[in-house]
Amino acid sequence: MTAGLGVLELFRRNSSVREHAGPIALSLPTVIFLLVLFAVPVVQLMLLSAQSGTFENYAKAFSDELYVTVLLNTFEIAFFVTVVSFFLAYPLAFFLTVLPPFWRAIGLFCLLMPFWTSILVRTYAWMAILGRRGIVNEALLSMEIIDRPLSLLYNEQAVLLGMVHVLMPYMVFPVFAVMRRVDPNLMQAAYSLGAPGWRAFLRVYFPMTMPGVLAGASLVFILSMGFYITPVLLGGGRVTMIAVLIEQLVTEFLDWDFAGALSLALMTFTLLIYGAFKWLMKSERNLA
Amino acid sequence: MMSKNEGGTRRGKRRNWGRIALGVYCCLVLGFLMMPLLVVFPLSFSSASYLQFPPPGFSLQWYENYLNTPSWIRATIVSIQVGIGTTILATILGTMVAFSLVRGRYPGKTWVDRLVAAPIVVPNIIIAVAIYGLFSDLKLIGEWYGVMIGHTVYAIPFVVLVVAAALRNFDPAQEHAAMGLGASRLRAVCVVTLPQIKPAIISGAFLAFITSFDELIIALFLSGSDMTLPKKMFENIISEIDPTISAVSVLQIALVGLVLVLSQKLGAGVSPIRD
Repeated sequence: MTAGLGVLELFRRNSSVREHAGPIALSLPTVIFLLVLFAVPVVQLMLLSAQSGTFENYAKAFSDELYVTVLLNTFEIAFFVTVVSFFLAYPLAFFLTVLPPFWRAIGLFCLLMPFWTSILVRTYAWMAILGRRGIVNEALLSMEIIDRPLSLLYNEQAVLLGMVHVLMPYMVFPVFAVMRRVDPNLMQAAYSLGAPGWRAFLRVYFPMTMPGVLAGASLVFILSMGFYITPVLLGGGRVTMIAVLIEQLVTEFLDWDFAGALSLALMTFTLLIYGAFKWLMKSERNLA
Repeated sequence: MMSKNEGGTRRGKRRNWGRIALGVYCCLVLGFLMMPLLVVFPLSFSSASYLQFPPPGFSLQWYENYLNTPSWIRATIVSIQVGIGTTILATILGTMVAFSLVRGRYPGKTWVDRLVAAPIVVPNIIIAVAIYGLFSDLKLIGEWYGVMIGHTVYAIPFVVLVVAAALRNFDPAQEHAAMGLGASRLRAVCVVTLPQIKPAIISGAFLAFITSFDELIIALFLSGSDMTLPKKMFENIISEIDPTISAVSVLQIALVGLVLVLSQKLGAGVSPIRD
């Protein structure tokens, strides 16, 4: 009875039902599609690990040395990829804003061409470049700088290189967008007030581009944590990240419970990082 | 006066040096970005029978090998099939929910918004494993439409992003005017609104196609022996690095390039960056 009254009250408060009916009906097919084929299966996967009623799986995830190593490794790689991406992307984004239109178009082409190329194709190309009989080794051998091929592939550096290549454009886009909106007169004002170039940059320009940097960094960090293709191919089984481990658990060991626990861990860390960057962006805006 | 002027030029000079250093640094970064493409193209035309750089001569053997290998052609067809299916499904579902999100004001809208955006935030591996669990119960593993459904989940947010942005810029007063003149709401939307946001819908559709055509992780789990092109490439790279893959790579780059050009000409483009 009270429930019925509550529903009635809800309808009355939201003016008329008919007004909402259209938009709700329009969203229904997509909502049902995503609930059934995405949200419910994902939640189920994560609950698998808790079904046994114990925290055994979580305890395993955070106590077994192998898994802790993989978790830390994933964080470490994501962190380095984000930092390196920043140092490559920030100057490039700035450079693109000051270039004359023709050269900017060429620069954007060089940025977008690889961006749209499949990750698989690019990873394959890195293998051809860095492999034992790859371009770098052949060149160094023929110049007699080395007498034995270097092993450049299948280590953490190769994975970092491949991941930075894939993810760095995600840092350029938001930073470039923010830089385009910065009023160039502000820098001139800082110069004319006597600030040396680097000071004007650090105190005036950089803080104004901070929202773009934070947006880019959160994107790169979150995407890094779930990376699969690059660690598998360029790491050659020696560099294990959490996504690789989840795949192995499901396809090789059929350990769904533990895969669920790791998925939950990955999801939690992803949301935490997402939240942390959101919070940073908000406090950034409050400061300004 | 004199000294101040001199100071100015010295600073100007230093800034010039800074500019040059920045230019060189950025050209190196762009070179790093372009390097894989610059390597793949010559490799695909190589006459050598294994990976050799620079190629000793020109040949189309790897392209011929691709065209003459049924499994490569089969994988390409499956990928295009899955891509087109994903495009149709994701564009319809994405456009509908974009209308609802931009125009509607109803309780729970924030949750619909979050649900629709979630597949971008949730790592692909989790989506893949979750759907794999569901589909192995339903015996859908290995069916091309299973992969299509998985890709649609992943592609919907991209369509919504593009279409919702266009809808927000569209003035609903035009639609109200049509309705004031006697058109039904449905007719007003079809005749007035849809034609104007058509470029965005087309862009969203192309984006959905590229997303599906390049996607590996979901396909890795959901497609069986009847695999998509990325899965076939992945297995090929793992087992033996056969230069055929560089020819396939070039063809894939060409196809994605074509889709991008088409989306620019017919739609509103899909560039993640606005000049």
